[in-house]
Amino acid sequence: MTPNSSISRRLTFLLACVAAVLSVLSWYMVTEFARQAAERTQDNILEAAATIIAEALRSEDGEVRLELPYSAFSMLGAISEDRVFYHVATGTETLTGNAPINANLTAPTTGQTALDTITYQAEPVRVASVTRVILNNQAPVPVTVSVGQTRNGVSLIANDLSRTAGIFSIAFFVLAVGLSAIVARTSLRQLKVIAEAVGRRGPSDLRPLRHPAPEELAPLMVALNSLIDRLARSLRQSEDFITEAAHRVRTPLATVRAQAEVALRRVESADEKQRMRQIIRAVDESSRSAGQLLDHATVAYRAENVPDNRVDLAFVAKVATDALQPTADMKDIDIGLRTEETVVLGDRVLLESALRNVLDNAVKYSPPETSVSVTVFKADGFGQITVSDHGPGLGTAPYDRYTNRFQRGENVGGTVGSGLGLTIAKDVVVAHRGTIELTDNEGSGTCVSLILPLA
Amino acid sequence: MRYLLVEDNQELAEAVVNRIELDGHAVDHAASLAQASDCLAAADYDLILLDVMLPDGDGRDFLATRRDVSETPVIVLTARSQISDRVGALDQGADDYITKPFDFAELEARCRAVLRRRGGAAKNEVKIGTATFDLTNGTLRVGDDIIELRNRELRLLEVFVRNAGQILSKTQLVDRMFSYDAEVTENAIEVYVGRLRKKLTRAGARIETVRGLGYRLHGS
Repeated sequence: MTPNSSISRRLTFLLACVAAVLSVLSWYMVTEFARQAAERTQDNILEAAATIIAEALRSEDGEVRLELPYSAFSMLGAISEDRVFYHVATGTETLTGNAPINANLTAPTTGQTALDTITYQAEPVRVASVTRVILNNQAPVPVTVSVGQTRNGVSLIANDLSRTAGIFSIAFFVLAVGLSAIVARTSLRQLKVIAEAVGRRGPSDLRPLRHPAPEELAPLMVALNSLIDRLARSLRQSEDFITEAAHRVRTPLATVRAQAEVALRRVESADEKQRMRQIIRAVDESSRSAGQLLDHATVAYRAENVPDNRVDLAFVAKVATDALQPTADMKDIDIGLRTEETVVLGDRVLLESALRNVLDNAVKYSPPETSVSVTVFKADGFGQITVSDHGPGLGTAPYDRYTNRFQRGENVGGTVGSGLGLTIAKDVVVAHRGTIELTDNEGSGTCVSLILPLA
Repeated sequence: MRYLLVEDNQELAEAVVNRIELDGHAVDHAASLAQASDCLAAADYDLILLDVMLPDGDGRDFLATRRDVSETPVIVLTARSQISDRVGALDQGADDYITKPFDFAELEARCRAVLRRRGGAAKNEVKIGTATFDLTNGTLRVGDDIIELRNRELRLLEVFVRNAGQILSKTQLVDRMFSYDAEVTENAIEVYVGRLRKKLTRAGARIETVRGLGYRLHGS
């Protein structure tokens, strides 16, 4: 038993050891009692037999006579098929009997019974002796009656009982081990429940654990909760950090961009103009990445605790479309909006951000003077927002690729992008128990659908 | 147009002022909410560009109190999360928001959209042939008829009007018209000039091609 082995197994093992000791002890005691009981029974019968024979002694014509009462022997036969011996003697003179089985016995005093085990014909024989005083010719003559019996029957009974006790002990042991395992597991179930509760949690669910726990687990819970708390705090810090970083990065970027635009107007040579354009593009790229990283962090944080607010996807689509209309106008892209009231449960801000990212992609990758359509409708218990464009489409890469972080299509050309847009949309949709579908828009362009369960 | 820029970062403010002035607008700069209030008391503005985080308070609080006394449209400039800031800013009464760093073409498009939506801004009209062009909201009309211009045509016309009588090269037009993440060829300019030319015939104005140099608008 190393310190790392399972508590359950250790507990079971200990309980099984106790059960084993108890089993052996109980078996031994039962066996011992059985043997003693069998022996005492034999002793009583031997005594009774000896007494009956002694009662049958009488004095006749100056002689001590005995007519053996066979009932005494049949009584002994009742116990077993063991061989029976008897011996009746006055003093040292044998009256009748087959052998001096009481040879080693000191004759008991009148009215008393003596019991002993002797060895006769190489077998242990149990002998009971009684002494009775007979008046013979006015003189008291002590007569000793001894009745003996081999002990095979007794051993047989004792062994029998011992075997039965053994079987019972083994059964008890097996049962006890089983019960121990159950007990061990039951008492550790709380631990398992807590472990599962922790295991089921999402990667950023950092609420403290509130499970009822037995006293013994309290220190563990406290330690766990303090760890969670520290983790949450460090996570909050990194969020603040991202926000702060975004701010710090974007303000100077904005300065650079504005200066570059001014410089672009002033420089004359095509080379210099080209360089200025490159600067502006690089700035746009970094600012977009910063924005999406920030969005992604915010989404990841909010997505863990999506509230069950009623949100009309038609409204979400209207807001997102309005927000992107000026950007689309710059390329003379028409955003066609067709909606019906479609209420889902969730977080309006997150859903807006998901759609804005999808729509932003659509506008960004569409050539000028094309159209992007946004449709909101209900179908089969699901609400759906579909954004289709006439851009370059998704190409041949597997569609999964687009919803992975920092992955972009193969045919994005020179368009600025960080590859986080669809990842953000997917994270939001998944947090709302929905799915995102990417398909070709009838051969030209992309069709992105956010599918969410209706309220 | 007259803008009020409320922004505490001096360098950014300077760059933004320079950039906006390039398009022929007037810009006043306020570095704090207090200065902004002074400016607003002294002059009328067509649009306020408001930073969110300012040394003497939160731009959004300013917005909330400002709403009661003024109708001047406000576009909030933010460097933070689009998700959370946006909701806050629009709920507090901003007309739109734009994330730093911003594309000035986009800023202009948003300004125009806001002004068109509000409809209350002072008119800034110029004559082009027989037509009237409102620079503030970007409508071109002949009598009561509106000549529909697409956005790029509109921007092109704006560039010509603001540089009245000058010859503009294709390169200059590319610089002024397009967002920089789009790959634009000079051929595209020819396409847009062609379209605008056609639409302007109704107004009796024309765009002259000055061989080897560029284009010039006649009639304004």
